[in-house]
Amino acid sequence: MRISDRTIEPDKLRETLTDDAAGGYVAFEGWIRNENEGQEVLRLEYEVYGPLAIKEGAKIIEEARAKYPIQHADCVHREGLLEIGECAVWVGVTSAHRDEAFAACRFIIDEVKTRLPIWKKEFYVNGDSGWVNCERCAAHAHPHPERKIAGQ
Amino acid sequence: MSKNITVRYFAGFREHAGVGEETVSVTAETAGDVYELLKDRHGSEEPLGHCKVAINDEMADWSSPVNDGDTVLLFPPVAGG
Repeated sequence: MRISDRTIEPDKLRETLTDDAAGGYVAFEGWIRNENEGQEVLRLEYEVYGPLAIKEGAKIIEEARAKYPIQHADCVHREGLLEIGECAVWVGVTSAHRDEAFAACRFIIDEVKTRLPIWKKEFYVNGDSGWVNCERCAAHAHPHPERKIAGQ
Repeated sequence: MSKNITVRYFAGFREHAGVGEETVSVTAETAGDVYELLKDRHGSEEPLGHCKVAINDEMADWSSPVNDGDTVLLFPPVAGG
C-alpha cells in the first residue's frame, strides 16, 4: 500500500506483481471523471492522512490474502491535485486462477473506498468547490441504484 | 476532571475550525464525548456513525476512552477512490 503525489503508472506497477505461479492478473484503475451528481467537474484534490491510510491499506491487503488464495496484491492511491482523466487509485492482484483475482480486487477497492482516511474536494466549472461526502458510502459499501449498469 | 487533548481536524472539519490542530481542555471520557463537545469547532451535523476517529494514530471507536495527553483525530466521512 502506497500513497503517491506522482502520476500512477499501471504498466510499471503490473510488473511488480508478475509471478510464474500466477495464471491471472486483475487490476482496477479509478479515474477522475468530468461529472459528479449533475455537476461538471474541472479537477479534484485528494487529502490523505498518510500514516493511517498506509496502515489501514496494508491491513485490507492482508485481509484479502486471508480471504482469497492469491499470489500478490497491491494498491496505490494518489494525493494532491488531479486533472480529469488521471488515475486516482490502482489495485492489482495476481492469482493462480481468475475467480479469486477478480474477487480480491473487488474486495480491496471496496474496502479502500470506505475505510481509508482519504477525502476528495471537487472543483466545478461554475467556480464552486466542495468536499465529496456520500454518507451511505461512509456508513457501508452499497450499490448506487440511480446508476444503471448496461445489460442489467 | 478536565483533560488536555490535542485534536486534529481533517478536510471539511479543518476548514470549519480554521486550524488543523489545537489543544483543548475538556471533560470527556470517550472519543465520542470529544466529538460532541467540539461540535462548534468541526461544525459537523453528521451522525457519529458516518465519521471515524483515531487516537494516537490508531483507528479507534467512538466509545474508546481518551486520556490526558492523547491526540484525537476527527475524520469526516471518507471518500477515497
